[in-house]
Amino acid sequence: RVTDATGKGVAGVTVSVNGTSAATTDENGAYTISAANGASLVFSSVGFERRELTVGEQTNVSVTLQTATANLGEVVVVGYGTQRRRDLTGSITTVTSKDFQKGVIPTPEQLIAGKVAGVQITSNGGAPGAGSTIRIRGGASLNASNDPLIVVDGVPLTAGGINGAANPLALINPNDIESMNVLKDASATAIYGSRASNGVIIITTKKGTSGKPQVSFNTQLSASENTRRVEVLNADQFRELVNARGNADQKALLGTANTNWQDQIYRTAFSQDNNLSVRGSLGRMPYRASVGFLNQDGVLKTGNMKRTSGSLSLSPRFFDEHLRVDINLKGAVTNNQFADQAAIGNAVTFDPTQPVTNGGKRYGGYFEWLLPGSGLPNLNAPRNPVGLLNQRDDKSTVQRSIGNAQFDYKFHFLPELRANVNLGYDISEGRGTVFVPDSAAAQYNRKGQNTEYKRGYVNTLFEAYLNYVKDLKNIDSRIDVMAGYSYQDFLTKYYNYADFNARGEKIPGSDPIFATDEPRYTLLSYYGRLNYGYKGRYLLTATVRRDGSSRFAEANRWGVFPSLALAWNVKDEAFLRNVAALSNLKFRVSYGVTGQQEGINYYDYISYYNLSGNTARYQLGNTFYNMYRPGGYYANRKWEETTTWNAGLDYGFLGNRISGTLDVYYRETNDLLNEISQSAGTNFSNRIVANVGSMINKGIEFTLNTTPVRTKEWSWDLNYNITLNKNEISQLTMAPSPSYVGNEYGGVAGGTGNTIQINSVNYPRGAFYTYQQVYNEAGKPIENLFVDRNKDGVINNSDRYQYKQADPQVFMGLSSNVGYRKWNAGFIARANFGNYVYNNLYSNLGRFSTVGGLPNILNNASVNILESGFTGGNVNQLLSDYYIQNASFLRMDNINLGYNVGKVLRTANLRLSATVMNAFVITKYKGLDPEISGGIDNNFYPRPRTYVLGVNLDF
Amino acid sequence: CTKDLDRLPKNEITSEQVYANTAGYKQAFAKVYGAFALTGNQGPAGNGDIQGIDEGFSDFLRLYWKAQELPTEEAVIGWGDAGLPDFHNMNWGANNPFLQGLYYRCFYQITLANDFIRQSSDANLSSRGISGADADEIRRYRNEARFLRAYQYSVLMDLFGNVPFVTEADALGSVLPKQATRAELFTYVETELKELETLLADPKTNEYGRADKAAAWALLARNYLNAEVFTGTQRNTDAVTYSKKVIDAGFTLEPNYRNLMLADNQLNRNEFILTINYDGLSTQSYGGTTFLVHAAVVDNMDAKNDFGIPSGGWFGLRTTKSLVNLFPDADGNADKRAQFQKNTLEINDISKSSEGYGVRKFRNVTRTGAIAPSIDAGGTFVSVDFPIFRLAEQHLIYAEATLRGGTGGNQATALQYINALRTRAGAPTVSTINTDFILDERARELYWEGFRRTDLIRYNRFTEGSYLWPFKGGVKEGRGVESFRKLYPIPTSDLTANPNLKQNTGY
Repeated sequence: RVTDATGKGVAGVTVSVNGTSAATTDENGAYTISAANGASLVFSSVGFERRELTVGEQTNVSVTLQTATANLGEVVVVGYGTQRRRDLTGSITTVTSKDFQKGVIPTPEQLIAGKVAGVQITSNGGAPGAGSTIRIRGGASLNASNDPLIVVDGVPLTAGGINGAANPLALINPNDIESMNVLKDASATAIYGSRASNGVIIITTKKGTSGKPQVSFNTQLSASENTRRVEVLNADQFRELVNARGNADQKALLGTANTNWQDQIYRTAFSQDNNLSVRGSLGRMPYRASVGFLNQDGVLKTGNMKRTSGSLSLSPRFFDEHLRVDINLKGAVTNNQFADQAAIGNAVTFDPTQPVTNGGKRYGGYFEWLLPGSGLPNLNAPRNPVGLLNQRDDKSTVQRSIGNAQFDYKFHFLPELRANVNLGYDISEGRGTVFVPDSAAAQYNRKGQNTEYKRGYVNTLFEAYLNYVKDLKNIDSRIDVMAGYSYQDFLTKYYNYADFNARGEKIPGSDPIFATDEPRYTLLSYYGRLNYGYKGRYLLTATVRRDGSSRFAEANRWGVFPSLALAWNVKDEAFLRNVAALSNLKFRVSYGVTGQQEGINYYDYISYYNLSGNTARYQLGNTFYNMYRPGGYYANRKWEETTTWNAGLDYGFLGNRISGTLDVYYRETNDLLNEISQSAGTNFSNRIVANVGSMINKGIEFTLNTTPVRTKEWSWDLNYNITLNKNEISQLTMAPSPSYVGNEYGGVAGGTGNTIQINSVNYPRGAFYTYQQVYNEAGKPIENLFVDRNKDGVINNSDRYQYKQADPQVFMGLSSNVGYRKWNAGFIARANFGNYVYNNLYSNLGRFSTVGGLPNILNNASVNILESGFTGGNVNQLLSDYYIQNASFLRMDNINLGYNVGKVLRTANLRLSATVMNAFVITKYKGLDPEISGGIDNNFYPRPRTYVLGVNLDF
Repeated sequence: CTKDLDRLPKNEITSEQVYANTAGYKQAFAKVYGAFALTGNQGPAGNGDIQGIDEGFSDFLRLYWKAQELPTEEAVIGWGDAGLPDFHNMNWGANNPFLQGLYYRCFYQITLANDFIRQSSDANLSSRGISGADADEIRRYRNEARFLRAYQYSVLMDLFGNVPFVTEADALGSVLPKQATRAELFTYVETELKELETLLADPKTNEYGRADKAAAWALLARNYLNAEVFTGTQRNTDAVTYSKKVIDAGFTLEPNYRNLMLADNQLNRNEFILTINYDGLSTQSYGGTTFLVHAAVVDNMDAKNDFGIPSGGWFGLRTTKSLVNLFPDADGNADKRAQFQKNTLEINDISKSSEGYGVRKFRNVTRTGAIAPSIDAGGTFVSVDFPIFRLAEQHLIYAEATLRGGTGGNQATALQYINALRTRAGAPTVSTINTDFILDERARELYWEGFRRTDLIRYNRFTEGSYLWPFKGGVKEGRGVESFRKLYPIPTSDLTANPNLKQNTGY
C-alpha cells in the first residue's frame, strides 16, 4: 500500500519493477505487482518524491511517499553541505528535474524560468543557445554585475562569457541536471560572501544509483518558426510613401521589386536533441554516465549550434561509508555557426522595392547600395541582408569542462565530525574564425576578412571544511558547526592575432603588440556556519565569511560578510500539533551582509602604463612611436555591500496538498561600484569605478503549490508564484547634490550618444528619461512639440523627466500538470507587469529622415510613420515618451502533452511527448516581443515558437 | 597563500619600468603629443582615453573644431548625435557631452603633461641614473610637455574661462584643484611661454611634429591678440612683437594655397610651425582630419577620387552662405581659397546634407591628386596633418594688432603681409585695410581651421544680434543669443566632483 505523510492512501501511483512492468495504485493506495527477490521497486506519482526500494522476501511492500514540494524530510543542498528542509532558516527554492520546463531547452537556466518566486529569467533572444539575463530579487548592483553566482556540484563557475560561445551556460547539458537550488536571502547566500549579493544558484547534477543499470534514452525533434515580423512598409506602401514625400532623386531610386526582406532571412528551423544515460552501480560504486548531442538550427538562416556533451559521475564509498568520494566530470564541445545578426536590422530597413539579386558581377550578385562615383559600396547604407548571411562564415568551437572530486571523511573515532575536501576546476576555451569573401560588399574595401580568435579560461578551486553535527539529547538540542577555507583562482588567457583579408594578406598595422595577455584574479576565503536547533522547533543559523580579493588594494582587500537567521517550527508546538488540517507552519527571519566585486577591472587600484597598438602610434620626426599611457586608477575601491533583511513563512495544509511560502525582503546596497567623474586634473581617467551610492530593493514573494485533484485516475498539480519588487536608487553622489540629475545610459539607434535611460536618486534603476510628448485633439503626436516641464520657455535637456521603468514591478509564474491514467498534460505561463520598453524601431524608423536622409539610398520605415507622419531631423523627438510603450505581458512558455505507452520490446518503457514552446504572448506592446531585457527594443533576434516531439525509452 | 592576492598584469608595466631609460621616456613623451591626434591607445578605437563620450568623438581636434566652428557661420553639421545640434542652436547646457568631452580631453592632456614633467624632474632623472646627453634630451621633452600644457590651458582659457588649475606640483588625487580665473590663466600661460622661449629648440630645428621657440611665440601672439577678451586689457603691441618674431624666423608661405590641407602636407614645413600628425596606417582614429575629410564629403562629391577616401563620405559638414559670400565667386576663380561644392546655397533644413555648400579644403590626396599612399585597407583613415600654428595666421595677427593700435609694427608692412596671402591665393591685392577687412580675410584664409568662434568674440559678433548668419541660434534667418554664451559652461560632472568650482555666469 502507498500512503502519504498523513497515512492516507495515495491513488494513481505508478509502481514499476526494475523500470519495466508497471502497476497503478487504487483509491486506497493499494497495488499488486509481481517482483523477484532483489528487484527494485520504483514508486512515482506527480506531486510526490520518487521512491525506490529493493524487494526482499516479503509479500507486502508498503511505502510512504513524501510530497515533492515542501517536503520536510527532504535534504536540501546549501552552500558547503546539505540540510534537512525542516532545519532551514533561509529562503531557498528547490526545483527538481520533474518540474523543469519541457521541450528542447539548450541552456540550464531556462529550466526554471517562471518556476521560482523572485527569480526572473529573460532569454536574450532566439538565437541557438542564446543566454539569459538572470535576476534574483532585482539584482543588487547598479553598474557592476547583477548576475547571480552559479555553483555546479560545488564549483563556482567563472563569471562572464566565453569567447565564441553565445552563452557559456549552454556548455552544460540540461539533461544532466538533477536539481537547481536558488538561494535568495542572506542567511542562505552569505556563506558565499563577496559573490552572493545577487543570489546563488546551486546546480546539482544527476548521480548514480544502487541496483542494476538503468538506461535511459530520449530524443526530441523540433521545428521552430517566427510568429511575427517587425512591422515595416511593404513595397507598395513604400513606393507610395516615397512618391508622396520624396524628392525627384529619391523617387528615381525606387525599384520595381516586391521583396519582403524578413521573409528572406528567416526560415523554419529544425533541431534534434538526443541523450543517452546509464546509471547503476559497479560493485558498490554508484555511477552515472551520459552522452548528449544537440543540433539546433537558428530561425535566422545559416545559424547553427551543435553540442556534444558527456558526463560521468562516480560515487565510491570506502571504509564502511566513512569515506565518501564524489567525482563529477562534465565536458562539452560546441560547434557554432553564427549567422550575421546585422541581417536582422538590415532586413528591417532595406528598401523593399529592391531585388535580392540583380545578376551583377560584383558583390556576389547581390543588390547593394553603391557610391555613384566609384561604384564602391555605400557605407552609409544597410548591406543586403541575404548577402550578409550568405557571405559570412563565422564559426567557433568552444570546449568546456567542469569537474570536481569531493572527499568526505567521517572520522572513525568521532563520527559526528566530517572533513570535506573539494578539488574542482572549470576550464574552457573558445576559438573561432570569421571569413568574408573579398566579393562581399560588407568588407569590400579591405578585400574581405579572414580572422581568428581564441581565448581560454582556467578556474581552479580548492576547498576544505570540517563539519561537526551532534544531537545533544540531554538539552534537547542539535548543533551543526562548519568551518572552512577556500582558494579560487581565475585565469584568462587571451591570444592576439593579426588581421587578414580574404586573400590571406595581412592587414597593415594589425600585428598585435603582445601575443597573449593573462589577466588573473584570486579569491581567498574563510567561512563558518553554526546551526543550532532547540527542541527541533527553534532554529538558529549564523554564518560568516571573510573574503580576500586580488582586485583591491591591500588596505581594502578583505571583507567580512556575516548573517544571522532564526526560524520557528510553529506546527510542532503542542497547540498546533494536533491540528490535522495544518501540516506545516514555520516562521523565518534573517539578516545578513553580502558583497559583490564582479564587473570591475582586475588591477586598476594602481596606475599601470599601457603600450599603444601599431595603429595608434604617433609620429615625431620620421619615427612612429608606440606610446606609453598611464592608466586611470582608484586605490580606495572596496566591496560593494548588500544588507538583506528577510522575513518569511512556510505553510502547508491538508497533508501539504496546499503548501507554499511567503517572503518579504528589504535589501540595501551601499558603496555601489559606480562609475563616477573624477575631478578634472586629478586622475588619468575622467571616470572611474568608485564606491558611491546606495540602492534599495524591497519586495514580496508568494508561492502556492496545490494538488486540487488526486484520484486513482486523475491527478492535478497547480503551482503559482508572484513577486513584487520595488527598486529605488537612494544615493548617487558622495554628498547629496540636487543639481545632479543622474547618470544617463541606454544608447539608442538614431544618432551617436543618444541615451534613453537614467539612474536618478528616488527613481528606479533603468527609468526612461524622456521629453513629454504633446498630442493634438485627435490624439496624434505633434512632431517636436513637448511639454516645457520646467517652464523656462525653451525646450532643452532640462525638460526631460524620469518616466516609467524597464524592469517589471510584478511578475508571476503559473504551472499546471494534469495526469489521467497514462496521459499527462501541462503548461507553464509567465507574466510581467509594469515593465515598459522603448520602441527604438518606432522612434528611429518612424520618420521620413531615415527613409531619405542621405543621398543615393532609401531605407524602409516602420509602420509607425503612417500613424505619426513624422519628418525627423530633430534629435529631441527620438527621446519622446511617445515611444515608451507598456510591455506587460503574459507568455505561455510551454504547453506539453505526454503519453506513457508502457512496456515495449519486453524490457523497455516508452513515453511519448509533444510540447509547444513559446506558444503565445498576450500583450499591448506594439513591437515584436515585449520581453526585452534592458528595455530598449532594437534589432531583437525573435524568439520563435517551437513544436517538439519527444520519445523516451527506459530500459 | 595571501601573497597570491598580489596579482600583476602581464603586459602593463609600472612607471619605474617605463621611465628606466631614454627610450621609455620617449614613448611616454610620444603620448603627450599623441593624445592630440588619437582617441586612445588602440587605433582606431577600443581603448579610449576619455570616458562618457563616444570614442570616435573624443580626440582633441574634432572636439575643439566643433566648439570653435559649429556655432559660427563657417560650418553646419547635419547629424543628430546627442548634444551636437546644440552648437548651432546655441543652447548648450552644462551637460553637453561634446563640451564635457573637450573639457576632459584638455585636462587629460594637462594631466599627462604634468605626469611627464614630474617623471622627468632632475631628481627623478638622477635617481634613475640618467645623465649627460640622455638627461639633456629628456629635459627638452620636459620643456615641450610644459609647452603643450600651456597650449591646453590657453584653449581652456579661451573656451571655458575659469577652470581648475593643476601642475606637476600637485600630486595626483591628493587635493581637489582650485579654480583659476581667466586672467590668472592668461598670466600663467604668458609666464610659462616666456620662460620656454629661451628653453625650446630654435625655430625649424626640432623634429617634425615637435614644438620649438616659434610655436611659443605664435601662441603668445595669438593670446596677446585676444588679451582684451581674456583679461580686459589689450596687448596689441605684444601681439605685434611676437607675430613679428615668428614671421622673421625663416618661415615662408607655401606657394599653393590648395596644397595646404592635403595628405602630403608634411611637405609644407616652410609654413607650418606646429602640426598634429596623422597617418592612415599608423595613427588611426575617427577624429582629427579623418573627421574633417569624411564629414565634409556630402552630396555630389566623389569620395574616392577627389577626397582620397574609398570608404565614402559621412554627409555631415557644410557651410553657410555667409562664408561663401565673403569670396568674389564660389568657384575660386578670383580667389583660390574658395573651395566649395555648389549644392544648394540656402539652408532650410540643417539635417539635409544637400543644403549649404560643401567644402573641399581638407582632402586625403597628394599634390598629384593620388590617394594618400599611407591608407588603411578599408580606405578610411587619412594622412592629412593639421597645423595648430601656421605662418599665415601670424601675418593676420600682425596686421590686426597693428590696426588695433599695437606699436612696433607699421601699416605698410601689415598691408604687405596681407597681400602676400592674397597673392598666393590668386586674389587681387588691396591697398587699404581695416579691422573689419581683417575679420573677413581671416575667414577667407583660415576658415575651418578652428579660429572662428574666438575671432567673432574678439569682434563682438558671436552673440546677440549685431551679426547674424543662417541658423545662428538654430533659426533659419539667425537670431541673437545671450552674451554669456561667449564662454562655455564648466561641465556639471566636474562641479559635482570638485566643490571648489563655480559655474560660469548664465549657466
